[in-house]
Amino acid sequence: MLTYNLNILLLVPIMTLAGIVLVKDTRNARIVTAIGMSVQLLLVFVLLYMYMAERNAGNIDEVLFYQDFTWYESLNIRYSIGVDGIAVGLIVLTGIVVFAGVFASWLMKDLVKEFFFWLILLVTGVFGFFISLDLFIMFMFFELAVIPMYLLIGIWGTGPKEYSAMKLTLMLMGASAILLVGILGIYFNSAPDGGALTFNILEISKVNIPIDAQRFFFPMVFVGFGVISALFPFHTWSPDGHASAPTAVSMLHAGVLMKLGGYGVLKVAIYLLPDAASEMATFFLIFVTIGVIYGALSAVMQRDLKYINAYSSVSHVGLILFGLLMLTKTALNGAVLQMISHGLITALFFGLIGMIYGRTHTRMVSEMSGLLKVMPFLSVAYVIAGLASLGMPGLSGFVAELPIFVGAFSHPEPFYRVITVIAISSIVVAAVYILRVIAKMLMEKVKEEANNKLTDAKWYEKISVISLLLFIVAIGLVPFWLSEMIMTSLEPIIRRLN
Amino acid sequence: MGNYQYTIWILILPFAAFLFTGILSGKLKPSFTAAISIGAIGIATVLSYFAAIQYFFLNASESYTAIEAASFTWYRLSDTLVIDMGILIDSISVMMLVVITTVSLMVHIYSTGYMKGDDGYARYFTFLSLFSFAMLGLVLATNLIQIYVFWELVGLSSYLLIGHYYQKPSAVAAAKKAFIVTRFADLGFLIGILMLSYYTGTFSFSEITDPNGPLITQTIGGVFLGLSTLTWAMILVFMGGAGKSAMFPFHIWLPDAMEGPTPISALIHAATMVVAGVFLVARMFTVYSLAAPEALEVIAFIGAFTSLFAALIAITQTDIKKILAYSTISQIGYMMMALGVSGYSGEAGLGFTASMFHLFTHAFFKALLFLGAGSIIHAVHSNEMKDMGNLRKHLPATHITFLIATLAISGIPPFSGFFSKDEILAAAYASNKLYFAVEYLVAGLTAFYMFRLYFKVFWGKERTYENIQESPASMTIPLWILAFGTLFAGFLPFSHLVTTDGIPFDTHFHWNIALPSVGIALAGIFIAAALYKKESARSQKIAASLGAFYSVTKEKFYVDEIYIFITKKIIFNLISMPVVWFDRHIVDGFMNLTGNTTVALSFRIRKFQSGNIHQYALVFLTGILIATLFYLFYYPN
Repeated sequence: MLTYNLNILLLVPIMTLAGIVLVKDTRNARIVTAIGMSVQLLLVFVLLYMYMAERNAGNIDEVLFYQDFTWYESLNIRYSIGVDGIAVGLIVLTGIVVFAGVFASWLMKDLVKEFFFWLILLVTGVFGFFISLDLFIMFMFFELAVIPMYLLIGIWGTGPKEYSAMKLTLMLMGASAILLVGILGIYFNSAPDGGALTFNILEISKVNIPIDAQRFFFPMVFVGFGVISALFPFHTWSPDGHASAPTAVSMLHAGVLMKLGGYGVLKVAIYLLPDAASEMATFFLIFVTIGVIYGALSAVMQRDLKYINAYSSVSHVGLILFGLLMLTKTALNGAVLQMISHGLITALFFGLIGMIYGRTHTRMVSEMSGLLKVMPFLSVAYVIAGLASLGMPGLSGFVAELPIFVGAFSHPEPFYRVITVIAISSIVVAAVYILRVIAKMLMEKVKEEANNKLTDAKWYEKISVISLLLFIVAIGLVPFWLSEMIMTSLEPIIRRLN
Repeated sequence: MGNYQYTIWILILPFAAFLFTGILSGKLKPSFTAAISIGAIGIATVLSYFAAIQYFFLNASESYTAIEAASFTWYRLSDTLVIDMGILIDSISVMMLVVITTVSLMVHIYSTGYMKGDDGYARYFTFLSLFSFAMLGLVLATNLIQIYVFWELVGLSSYLLIGHYYQKPSAVAAAKKAFIVTRFADLGFLIGILMLSYYTGTFSFSEITDPNGPLITQTIGGVFLGLSTLTWAMILVFMGGAGKSAMFPFHIWLPDAMEGPTPISALIHAATMVVAGVFLVARMFTVYSLAAPEALEVIAFIGAFTSLFAALIAITQTDIKKILAYSTISQIGYMMMALGVSGYSGEAGLGFTASMFHLFTHAFFKALLFLGAGSIIHAVHSNEMKDMGNLRKHLPATHITFLIATLAISGIPPFSGFFSKDEILAAAYASNKLYFAVEYLVAGLTAFYMFRLYFKVFWGKERTYENIQESPASMTIPLWILAFGTLFAGFLPFSHLVTTDGIPFDTHFHWNIALPSVGIALAGIFIAAALYKKESARSQKIAASLGAFYSVTKEKFYVDEIYIFITKKIIFNLISMPVVWFDRHIVDGFMNLTGNTTVALSFRIRKFQSGNIHQYALVFLTGILIATLFYLFYYPN
């Protein structure tokens, strides 16, 4: 039987990097990137197909396509890789968002080679993060994904880019430091009954870390991963960072990088420290719920498209953490679906905002009107993204948020039901800020003379938009394949929680 | 029983038409798009009528049972909680199929004339298909999540169609308002669904509304503010229904929604979508009636209050579509009230039957009124009554059909509205005399404001019209067909078809109620005729003598202003603004402060790394000195 070598998901980006370095012409750099990421997307689908085929064939291993090499023997750091349904879902998300991001930055003018180099380096880190099963390797890939962000925003950004890049990097680095302590804490407690210490998630999941250690390190791991998921009150890097970042970077960052946090919380904080998670969930839920409603209310008053979407992301990514901390199967399933769904929707939003900005040269909602008439394709796509974001059934947002709410509400504690109601009310606020933009920016007559001459999407922009839209609709209409895949892989985590 | 699997096509066809014309929008000829939409809804209509005949008349047994014609798992939320998509065939869903497909088909045909030459002609028909699909899916839903899904989709299509003239600011604002107000109400609906599923562990209607099921026979949950948890859940579910059905205080979106094209007002905002709230209460009626009677009292009160409230406003409006909109709100109030006063099973369930009957007849005559109004607007290019008068000479077909519908809504026999209104009044009389009195008064008001409209538009003074002519056949034929329905729908033996528990019962005619109600309707008509048949100053004098009351009704009791105050002044200025300020200055301020302090600190520390040998030597010596002194004092021996 043919097996899938996960290393190929790293090999293709690395070869793409080599290609970018080798080509002379800047035009060729983007072609190399586009080809590389198209191949990558294809391989991601092969992975999806083979994963599902393997599961259907009755393989019930916790992770599939497992490989393991010793990397640094004395500390027992091993290069172990493998994927479960959750990782496959997020790898698919990453593949699509990167593909769309490359086409969205087709017209990148300055330092094209360097831009694509750092972008693909970042992507390599993300793919590595999702396939790794060793905490140390995972952390390394995590850093590899975060650091290029500083350069990408600082050099290719707009507005107060140095400030934003610095703020983002410092806050994420600060969180990484806490996270590293948390991971080392897990490592040093990974063999309470004697034996070799290990970083391997699968092995740690078989032992019970002493409860005192769990209580001490859970907050570190949770906050460490939470900051990149815009955990209140550490979310302020996100609006400034997204507003300054170039289009493809915003897409990747909001679409994929913010999900690394949720994934980490699930696979490290909750899976490896389940007792502390159950104990402390209520405390952290308070902050998460504040973030959900607070992000939504802030978005209502913003005037800049990117700020609106950044605060909207604070709210929607807050729902991921909200679902995770509910610690029930239904809510966890919803949280993972929300990672994928929000990743697609927000990437589409940032992509469209970039394309609109490239034409109107403003991101201020009040300075645009009637765009539906002059650029129907982009406007219709914006409306669909908006509907998906406010949870319209038939699009992915609804199928992701519904299980979160159902799962959260079925918690026996009345307190949980109260905060669920608070969190649900954010969807009404979402309707307000989304429809406000649609009404002001897309509808009515074109008031600005110059905007009458604007053109609609070019072919490369259409590829970018359609690839994202297609998946938003596909997940929204036919969610069961994805949710089944996730649900099966949640079993081991649920078993640990009980 | 029987095989109803073909009913799946009633859903598939409009959806396929929507997808096909939507994806290929811009590539198809507009007339071809319209043809596909009409073809899809046409076949769906035939199938719906077939299903109705099969269900009601080819049914051998004595009673009507609910049949799940199709069902598949959409996705699983947990090991036990599953979301299905399916088709539920029972008396109310089959009745709704007939209503929706008939009115929708008429509106489709009518629109080919009304929307001719419109820029968004193809888009209009695409969204019309989407709406038909969503509305049919809503009434066929087998479970709470499915109904919620289609509930949102009808809201979306309503939003898209109200905003059809998207270059017009008032249309854009109206669409947004409709969406957000109903969305807010849907929040209650969703929370209600979550509560019900929490206590029952299922979303399925057949399990939840089973009269012998655990939800109804056992007391579950605690008590909160004097009402059981289940009652609260059912009130929240009703909140969603009140939003869609424009019950007070959520009614504010419906008059504004008249910004949409008039055929849309006829289909969505008169005959089908706005009665979804009534349908929802009817769908859950077993639970309301047997387990949450307090919630039913709320429904009766809201319904009765809204019907009076909206009828009062309708009297003073001058825009013909606004009058019809308030009239719709008032009539839906009737239906809600009837459900609210109804009991369960047998003749006690008369209110339920009457409500469904009125929903059925109202769909015909209100759609007819709106399409007639569309025909008038098409001819005179205005919505305002001051631009109209003596139109019976110019629009003969519109005039006759409009008169039939006006007589029906006023409750004059033998038109359909008379029969259904009579049953509603009888049900109210049997249960609560106050509600009866209110609805009796509203019947008179309805006759008055409808004939005010009729006389002002079709009689009165001739105006100067530019080449006015009767609408084309594509528009008048649907008018005649609906007029036919308006004439004969009242003769259906509804209590033999649609009842609370599926068992038919006999209704007798209530002369003691029918005669006075016809009397008050005739009184209303005569007053309207006296005031408005010939243009005179009498009506202004009466308006002036009413003073403040007149202006308050004309301003719709200032409910819109209260909403604006709450959203703009309270939510935006008192909640959102402080949140933004807090975010910028406190949360982010703290982060910046941390950063700046670190920078400031490192500026200080930097001086230690000056690279100056003398300074290093000085620090080094000082350090040695301190260490020596410390050593000497600490270890004196």
